[in-house]
Amino acid sequence: MRRLSPFNITAVALGLAFLYLPIAILVIYSFNASRLVTIWGGWSLTWYRALLQDDAMLQAAWASLRIAALSATAATVLGTLSAVTLTRFGAFRGRLLFSSMVYAPLVMPEVITGLSLLLLFVALGIDRGFWTVAAAHTTLTMCFVTVIVHSRLVSFDRSLEEAAMDLGCPPFKTFLTVTLPLIAPALAAGWMLAFSLSLDDLVIASFTTGPGATTLPIRIYSEVRLGVKPEVNAICTLMIAFVAVATIISSLLTKRGAVRRAREATLGAAV
Amino acid sequence: MSTDRQTPPRFAPLADPPLKGRDKRSALPARLVVLIPYAWLVVLFLAPFAIVLKISLSQTAMAQPPYLPVFDLAAGWEGLKDFVGQLSFESYALLGSDWLYILSYLKSLQVAFVSTLILLAIGYPMAYGIARSPRAWQPLLVMLVVLPFWTSFLIRVYAWVNILQRDGLLNTVLMKLSIIGEPVAWLASDTAIYIGVVYSYLPFMVLPLYATLEKMDDSLLEAAADLGCPRARAFWQVTVPLSLPGVAAGALLCFIPICGEFVIPDLLGGSETQMIGQTLWTEFFANRDWPVASAIAVALLVLLLVPIMIYERLQQRALEGAR
Repeated sequence: MRRLSPFNITAVALGLAFLYLPIAILVIYSFNASRLVTIWGGWSLTWYRALLQDDAMLQAAWASLRIAALSATAATVLGTLSAVTLTRFGAFRGRLLFSSMVYAPLVMPEVITGLSLLLLFVALGIDRGFWTVAAAHTTLTMCFVTVIVHSRLVSFDRSLEEAAMDLGCPPFKTFLTVTLPLIAPALAAGWMLAFSLSLDDLVIASFTTGPGATTLPIRIYSEVRLGVKPEVNAICTLMIAFVAVATIISSLLTKRGAVRRAREATLGAAV
Repeated sequence: MSTDRQTPPRFAPLADPPLKGRDKRSALPARLVVLIPYAWLVVLFLAPFAIVLKISLSQTAMAQPPYLPVFDLAAGWEGLKDFVGQLSFESYALLGSDWLYILSYLKSLQVAFVSTLILLAIGYPMAYGIARSPRAWQPLLVMLVVLPFWTSFLIRVYAWVNILQRDGLLNTVLMKLSIIGEPVAWLASDTAIYIGVVYSYLPFMVLPLYATLEKMDDSLLEAAADLGCPRARAFWQVTVPLSLPGVAAGALLCFIPICGEFVIPDLLGGSETQMIGQTLWTEFFANRDWPVASAIAVALLVLLLVPIMIYERLQQRALEGAR
């Protein structure tokens, strides 16, 4: 039955073209020598050089990277714990509430999450800045990590854990020495997804940020509101390159199957 | 592929014994495994909603923080009574009486609904095409669909500003081809919002659809063909019904967040009717009216409660049931 029908090929090709063409155009125009975004003035690195002079943009990028690394790490720890809870602890009191809280942020509109977190920080009298954005991003991204790790935990061979425990290994040690190495690719994929989601987020960061913690998306957004700027094309291209390189490295490092499963799990296992 | 995924495991390694306290060494770590993420989510996800609800019942004030009453723990029981007495439904009355807000909600629902239909129309053939392609290609094709999701949302929306602006690429190409005589104002229109939304959410639609279509047993279609069912009819009577869980998941995964979308309508849309996410943003950042912004959030949440609950049911059934 697996024949290549022209209809199927066309559908996939058109769909992929629709997904990639705008990004390709953005990348090409970042090398445009002309300040007028629409007129092609030949290849040039002018806007990348201009970017190096833009201290505000560089500072924002640095803040974003630190927030993303911190929140992705925290989210990976919390997300893994949640996934273990959901797969290995059977029924416990409050399980329904727990699984609802784990899945809800995946679809919760960002304006609601952002506003509610801001009001929490205000109510607690916490000064907003680096730490509040990182905590907010951890809350958002841990749910994605949970879904990825969860799908790995339910699909792997439990008999390995059982064997270790039959041989007298305590559960906690079994988890560290048997389970953790086996689900490591899922943790890596989860960390990367959490990192890129944090790097990307504008809405929640805008609500929870404070003086001195302007993230890259907030900075880019304030520039973009005023119209298209070639410098913005350049920084966007750098971010795309960053993600592309990271994705390639991660797929080289981890087994292809594991990465693929994890990627599907991100959204697809949704079903 | 072990079979014990199908049935509840007889032997749950990390679960029962440690919690009963039989093995003292593991009891504490086992409890912490549950407690740490649980506490995190209660404090940073659940509790904030209670605060949003509380502030939506407050009144705007020229103060820091800009609302009244402020709950004073030190005042004790009297303080609480005082506090409850001061709660007001003013913000909600405003939402219900001002057409600005009602139109804003309707616009959000309209954009989300129409976009979800367009996404289904584009996403289904794509997912179907990928699921029917040779097995060896599938990982690559799926990765190509997911990759844009890993690049910044903001960047992808911004990429369309480049294309759709008055002297942008789309107008230039269309004019070169003499399809249009003069530049069309694509930006600041509903068309631009739909393009941006469909573009941004396409992976969210394709992946759940692909996940169900890929699991489908080819022999079902062969059986239909053997029994003389034409291919087109087999598609509508076998493939489509079997993929409905994927359709539901994909549709909800798109519909719910689109309702609260802010970035896309703000960068691509016009200024006539705002989507509710923009209205909330304006109330909060421009007007500094925290109670009204909170009331908008509560009302949006109530509006989305049923779709979110259906989505959660689907998600839980998918992840906990047989996979």
